Amino acid sequence: MERHFDEELRKLKTELLAMAGHVERSIEHAANALVGRAAEAISNIYELEQEVNREHKSVDEACLRLLALQQPLAADLRLIVAVIKINTDLERMGDQAVNIAHHTERYMADRDQPEVLVDLPEMFSETRFMVREAIDAFVKNDETLARDVLKRDDRVDAFKHKIYSDILNILQSEPKDIEQGFSLILIARNLERIADHATNIAEDVIFAITGSDVRHSPRTGPS
Amino acid sequence: MILKSENLEAWFGEAKALKGVGLEFESNTVTAIIGPSGCGKSTYIRCLNRLHEETPGARIGGRVLLQGRDIYGPEVDPVLLRRQIGMVFQKPNPFPSMSVYDNVAVGLKLGGIRKKRELDSRVEWSLRVAALWDEVKDKLDRPGTSLSGGQQQRLCIARALAVKPVVLLMDEPTSALDPISTARIEELLTELKKTVTIVIVTHNMQQSARISDKTAFLLMGELVEFGETSALFTTPKDKRTESYITGRFG
Repeated sequence: MERHFDEELRKLKTELLAMAGHVERSIEHAANALVGRAAEAISNIYELEQEVNREHKSVDEACLRLLALQQPLAADLRLIVAVIKINTDLERMGDQAVNIAHHTERYMADRDQPEVLVDLPEMFSETRFMVREAIDAFVKNDETLARDVLKRDDRVDAFKHKIYSDILNILQSEPKDIEQGFSLILIARNLERIADHATNIAEDVIFAITGSDVRHSPRTGPS
Repeated sequence: MILKSENLEAWFGEAKALKGVGLEFESNTVTAIIGPSGCGKSTYIRCLNRLHEETPGARIGGRVLLQGRDIYGPEVDPVLLRRQIGMVFQKPNPFPSMSVYDNVAVGLKLGGIRKKRELDSRVEWSLRVAALWDEVKDKLDRPGTSLSGGQQQRLCIARALAVKPVVLLMDEPTSALDPISTARIEELLTELKKTVTIVIVTHNMQQSARISDKTAFLLMGELVEFGETSALFTTPKDKRTESYITGRFG
């Protein structure tokens, strides 16, 4: 039986997906700015952040309204609780894309920037894949996809550790590059946080679909 | 566990209303029975204090055990049983010709209590436990029907409590009440379970979620799911429970 409430839930999901699309584009611009040396991409990130912030409030308002007026239970309740949490994760991911933009600006401001970006391009790819997959899992209600995201988080963590160590090695021989090295470390740090938020989204998707809470289980590692 | 039904079946003539319902009720808990109209939930609780058999053509199968004793045993007097397993109905039904006081005292008098001091003390205790004393202590002589709907329902609860039942059955006790009276009864139930085990039939899912420790979902005379209320309303195990509580049918 199709309920009026189903239409309301569809609208809520659509609104969240629009926001997810903006966050994905922010991360894409961040990758283009740093890896593709496309400085003009940075202004797009700042513009998208305004949009994401507006959507963040709007999705929360919609959830609050549905909780108050529909008093949902079971799968409906789990979905709305998941949307509230995913909404927060997406907003934080948007902020992290902005942080990456700041650090990229600093990194690119120096004319003597080292050519080496260590493994950052690969880390960007892996993180964007996780974000894409987490959002897909939400759209398709797909538990298998969500579980795949959880498995991938370790790879992003490994990239971060390797990048930290590679940059430290470079700085030992070229201490004058400390500002640039520091910027790259902070970019890796923010990418790792974005991947953590994608993991949170995947966990929330699993909760919405099955009702089981897989957070903080050894399988998924720390997040 | 204070009360349990085993493979409980109920008929109205040839029509089978309950198909082997087994439930266990622990002491000092509130259990909600939910399900769509006609699922057998009222019939079920009416079997728990032998009211079902008062309907012409009605009969039961299976067993109901109160503190381990079969309430359908040949030695059990249904009238005495109903003092141990009291009932509150959908519409408040104080005895219209009786005062507030007498509505509560009548069951005690029938039970042989005659001393005024003892009657006074039990009436006051019952009205206090039913959270009605402060509102009626100065009008105990007025007719029970002069009270508001919510007060009348609490009067009926006090009447049921006066004879110190071990189980209190409630058949949609707030469906005829406004939200404020409903909230008072719900508050009352969480206090009452300290003294009596409560089984409540309700159509209101939010009410069940708010007040009960366990919930049973009945559908077409069958028990579909029984479990902790918090689990049943967030992660029901059976698809039919999910469909019912999310309003997809019924």
